[in-house]
Amino acid sequence: MAVQELSAKELRDKIAVRKISSVAATEAIFERIEQLEPVIGAYISTFKEQALAKAQQVDAKIAGGESVGQLAGVPVAIKDIMCTTFGATTCASKILENFHAPYNATVVEKLLAADVVIVGKTNMDEFAMGSSTENSGLKRTVNPWDTNRVPGGSSGGSAAAVTARLCFAALGSDTGGSIRQPASFCSVVGLKPTYGRVSRFGLVAYGSSLDQIGPITRTVADSALMLNVIAGHDPADSTSVDEKIAPVSDYLEKLDEPIEKLRIAIVPQFNSGADEQVQKALSEAIEVYGSLGAEIIEVDMSYLDYAIAAYYVIATAEASSNLARYDGVHYGYRTENPKDYIEVYSKSRAEAFGKEVKRRIMLGTYALSSGYYDAYYLKALRVRNLIRGDFVKAFEKCDCIMMPVSPTPAFKIGEKIDDPLTMYLSDIYTIAANLAGIPAISVPCGFDENNLPIGLQILAPAFAEDKLLRIARMFEAQTDWHKKKPPFID
Amino acid sequence: MEKKINQEQVRKVAKLSRLELTEAEVEEFTSQLSAILDYVAKMNELDTTNVEPLAHCLPISNVFRQDRIGESLGTEKTLANAPQRDGDFFKVPKILDDSSGA
Amino acid sequence: MSQLQYKVLVGLEIHVQLCTKTKMFCSCAAEFGQAPNSRVCPVCLGMPGVLPVMNKQALEYAILVGLALNCQVATFTKWDRKSYYYPDLPKNYQISQYDLPLSTNGYIEIPLESGQTKKIRIIRAHLEEDAGKNLHTAEDFSQVDLNRAGTPLLEIVTEPDMNSAAEVRALAVELQRMVRYLGVSEADMQKGHMRFEPNVNLVITKDVTEYRTPIVEVKNLNSFRALEKSVEYEIARQLDEFLEIGKTLEAGTKSTRGWDDVREVTVLQREKEEAPDYRYFPDPDLVPVELTKEWLEDTKSRLCELPLAKQMRYVRQYGLSDYDAGVLTAERSTAEFFEAAVIAGGEPKRVCNLLTQVGLKLANERGCSLAELGLATQNVAQLAKMIDANTVSSSAGNMILQEMVKTKKDPQIIAKELNLIQKSDAGELETIVEQVLAENPKAVEDATSGGKKSKKAQGFLLGQVMQKTKGQANPKVVSEILAKKLG
Repeated sequence: MAVQELSAKELRDKIAVRKISSVAATEAIFERIEQLEPVIGAYISTFKEQALAKAQQVDAKIAGGESVGQLAGVPVAIKDIMCTTFGATTCASKILENFHAPYNATVVEKLLAADVVIVGKTNMDEFAMGSSTENSGLKRTVNPWDTNRVPGGSSGGSAAAVTARLCFAALGSDTGGSIRQPASFCSVVGLKPTYGRVSRFGLVAYGSSLDQIGPITRTVADSALMLNVIAGHDPADSTSVDEKIAPVSDYLEKLDEPIEKLRIAIVPQFNSGADEQVQKALSEAIEVYGSLGAEIIEVDMSYLDYAIAAYYVIATAEASSNLARYDGVHYGYRTENPKDYIEVYSKSRAEAFGKEVKRRIMLGTYALSSGYYDAYYLKALRVRNLIRGDFVKAFEKCDCIMMPVSPTPAFKIGEKIDDPLTMYLSDIYTIAANLAGIPAISVPCGFDENNLPIGLQILAPAFAEDKLLRIARMFEAQTDWHKKKPPFID
Repeated sequence: MEKKINQEQVRKVAKLSRLELTEAEVEEFTSQLSAILDYVAKMNELDTTNVEPLAHCLPISNVFRQDRIGESLGTEKTLANAPQRDGDFFKVPKILDDSSGA
Repeated sequence: MSQLQYKVLVGLEIHVQLCTKTKMFCSCAAEFGQAPNSRVCPVCLGMPGVLPVMNKQALEYAILVGLALNCQVATFTKWDRKSYYYPDLPKNYQISQYDLPLSTNGYIEIPLESGQTKKIRIIRAHLEEDAGKNLHTAEDFSQVDLNRAGTPLLEIVTEPDMNSAAEVRALAVELQRMVRYLGVSEADMQKGHMRFEPNVNLVITKDVTEYRTPIVEVKNLNSFRALEKSVEYEIARQLDEFLEIGKTLEAGTKSTRGWDDVREVTVLQREKEEAPDYRYFPDPDLVPVELTKEWLEDTKSRLCELPLAKQMRYVRQYGLSDYDAGVLTAERSTAEFFEAAVIAGGEPKRVCNLLTQVGLKLANERGCSLAELGLATQNVAQLAKMIDANTVSSSAGNMILQEMVKTKKDPQIIAKELNLIQKSDAGELETIVEQVLAENPKAVEDATSGGKKSKKAQGFLLGQVMQKTKGQANPKVVSEILAKKLG
């Protein structure tokens, strides 16, 4: 088997017993990058020299019998929204194109401590605002399954890199579906952990009460392994949960043990908005669980219909404030020849932010402005409470909820870019989990007639990632969807 | 149909957000933002009179740090990304009314 | 001729820099006088991806002040973002508190010149982070130094309860004294630890109608003197302006004027404008603070006796003058030193005189506080007792105190070494008096004659006794003996 076909865990295990060297795996990855990147465009920056040096170091340590981290020698990609002291951290925006962070995000520190080999920083929608990666201010990424289509967003680069075997695993971030949706478009596994499970320190903020970092991988086991590395309390992040309240499990430990008497809830009314083929793939997936003895129940979650409305007020309000710091004064892009200090702000931001970013900043500013705060922002926070209530009620009756990830598979490049609202409405299935702060995962569950991937979304109660991963594994163990490869990439 | 937001308001919001927009952009954004706000108004279908606003998902409170000095970046690293600097300072065009923005 | 009276209304907005070791939301040192931009980290620089974490000490200091100001301290409080764009504000929002501030509805008592006290109501006191500094010394550009960005600030807002410039100054002085007593701030106005912004307007009664002049906020005040003078100036200016053009208050507007310390005038900075839209909303990166009863009780137990209360108690309990009590209570360590010496047995007025006449002067010369002079309170008490017992004269006592500071020796030893011990033994002195009387018959005659020469002659005789005893005779005792002998 070609080295790139190994899962991250398999590679790690082989490296650890010196069956394969990290250098060999890393070289293979960079060879493929040279070949495929001109077409796919998943990476904004790559670090070949640094990666090979680290790979060598890991191999030497292992040869010398020294202990190494739990992901030693595995080439991994990082969405360019997490700060690294190496390379630039651009958030796919002109405004940070040359920004060199003087610190590593906590998750990056954890990956480094786990001895991963960092391949590069991946492309994304600018400042994580988008659902197709078309809003990147720096380059275009295509879907390896069909290069005329989008890879999804905003973690499109990471998802494309994983499915095209340009890395063994990647980190993405998810504010309204930005891990799960590209994972489903690219036929890989994407996990959004519970809010507070993973540190946000060093994650460039978009919607602070919604953002979470999570793994994008080819298998559920890899997802569990990555979560083992990145989960945990961080004193530098006041919103990261104390491990006394929510202890971190070993997510690999019981992964292959199915859940007995699994109760799955579905929301039929909600699902009816999805494409026929998506609905079909979903029901076939549910049947698989049925055959494993799971109980399927129907629940009514009427507030889910308002999730998009609430999200686009809350996220944009927080974003308008989070992005105020990009002003051309202390770092980042500055306009040439401003006539006064006010123009430093208004021209730098106008010249270097893309349209979607400007739209969301203005929407958010409007929602927070005097006279509108109650009607928009406060109202959205109340609706958020109702949505969370829907989940609390549902979880009294079930272990997990299953629904589509996206109403459609990957759409064509340019298809939705001209009408922002249409793009927003495609987030209908993923947004609610962010509003409620609960974990959710997308696993490959089929293909449509155009051979485009379809994902199954599973949602679980807060901090139930161990159960969530086991439930996902149950499906994966029974199916072959995750073994399929994009047709042209070899 | 009456627009949820008009061009005047868009200009005002752009100013608050420190975004200099072209006339074409003002027009484009006005119709797009209007459509979005129209959709967002959907929330008014819900009676939320007795519902508390949920600002934080997690029921955490009282997260502190001790008053212990840690390392600073140092002047060079602090200014390393500065678009313009003057010695040890960040440099900006002359600010004429220093009453601070507050 | 129309009757015109006016009442002055001044409210104060005060920013107090708390003297924590580190900044409000990051671990950068909060010390100053450092090279520009050397006390900055990614968090207070507002870099992408950073997050704030609350400084617990700052919160505790803020609670102390809230309690000292008789406020209701909230059991649930949170952080809000206040948005505005300015080069010294790296995130272009300030983390502050909006609708649920830490403390509300309190008051502070200020001493008036009449000797009475007045209550000034406190609307609120909340925590926030400070901005950096913009400098405009260069011709065509400004410089930004972020060392100060993120320093913890306590913002205190009063009701417009002050009715004169003197009251404003009294409040400022009292508040400074209080926060220093509590140990929460150095409160040095020149260093910017304490900033005052008075909001001034007048209520003018012309004939029977009442008019209110527009509210003016004054900025750029770096001393109590500037504070007082600027309020005086504003009162006069607003009165003139009203008489000239009859401008009155429009609700919700306020103009800003800067104080020019050189010309001693206020200058218009910003026209009356609507309140800026700060778009406050709860900071999603910070979680709320829940203060338990235990925590509050524990903090309350660390409250010290407040300066004004202490000052008034010294007058009441020790019979000190209001002025002296004020001098002793200007600094907490001085007051505590004084009181310790009293408890060690020194008579209060005596100790007070020693400290105010000598001790504080020495401290001033050395640029330190009285408590830092290295004096032991027992020794000061001892010295006071020696003076009261006439063992040494009071002027000798002053000398001894100076020596005590220099040599750290105790007063008995110093008195002996310097030969300052007074002879007060009536028997011994009587012998010498008789000697002097015998040696100076003419003076005796003058002294007993009555009339103008008498007083002078008495003084001469006393002087002679002092000479014979090398200045060590207790003049009071000698005078008594002389008086007896002269009849």
